[in-house]
Amino acid sequence: MKRSWNPLLWSGFVLLLLGVFSYPLFFARFVLTRDFPWANLLMIALALILVAIGVVRAYGQADRYRGKISGSILAVLALVVTGLFCYGVFALSKRLPVSHGAPQVGDLVPDFTLPDSKGTPVTLSVVIDSAFPSNRSSAESGGSEQTVSTLLIFYRGYW
Amino acid sequence: MIAISVDTPSESEGLRKTEGYTFPILSDEKEEVIRRWDLVDPHAGPDGIDVARPAEFLIDSSGKIRWVNLTDDYRVRTRPEQVVEAFDAMHLMHPLVGDEHR
Repeated sequence: MKRSWNPLLWSGFVLLLLGVFSYPLFFARFVLTRDFPWANLLMIALALILVAIGVVRAYGQADRYRGKISGSILAVLALVVTGLFCYGVFALSKRLPVSHGAPQVGDLVPDFTLPDSKGTPVTLSVVIDSAFPSNRSSAESGGSEQTVSTLLIFYRGYW
Repeated sequence: MIAISVDTPSESEGLRKTEGYTFPILSDEKEEVIRRWDLVDPHAGPDGIDVARPAEFLIDSSGKIRWVNLTDDYRVRTRPEQVVEAFDAMHLMHPLVGDEHR
């Protein structure tokens, strides 16, 4: 009798790869699915279940399903990939320097001059003094009639 | 609002155009300000270059820093609501002449 190629095993593994790679490529763009990657974890959980069923079938019903060797390899790979994903999402992104020396609440902000995206030098103190009409949402501007403030955002770049 | 990173001015301008931002994006390619403010994330960028760790500073009109947010997870960005809370807190803390609850 011709044995099945064990579709659940392979589709499970494909789903795992999809679940892992769709995080940086797609789901990480939306706050709802980025902060806690529930969509990806769901896909990965389902994928692991499919791979597990495939492996059980390969060993338990070897006369009907192929995949003892491929299943074992895929299962190990699946666990490794899942582990790396969890490490990357839950541990790696928290490894930020402590930055004890950063300016603190109550300090006078250290002044600087840097070029903007058109190459024009911008001096922070000039911006602050001139009550720069910053790009605030209507919710934010509601509370700041007396204090026109500046929000300075440092970001990693290379997104 | 002002954003700063190690990107070159042309990279930042590209980002501005793609996302439609109207606020200035400053380039600290040599990490002068990033180092002085102790915000370097060493070798965290592509090819091991240094980048800035995410940080936000709310500065009032006298140049005093009123709120600092050093995120501890670079995937979780500051929400607008957090900034609004900081603005509101500042308003109450600001020594207004006469009326502190407006």
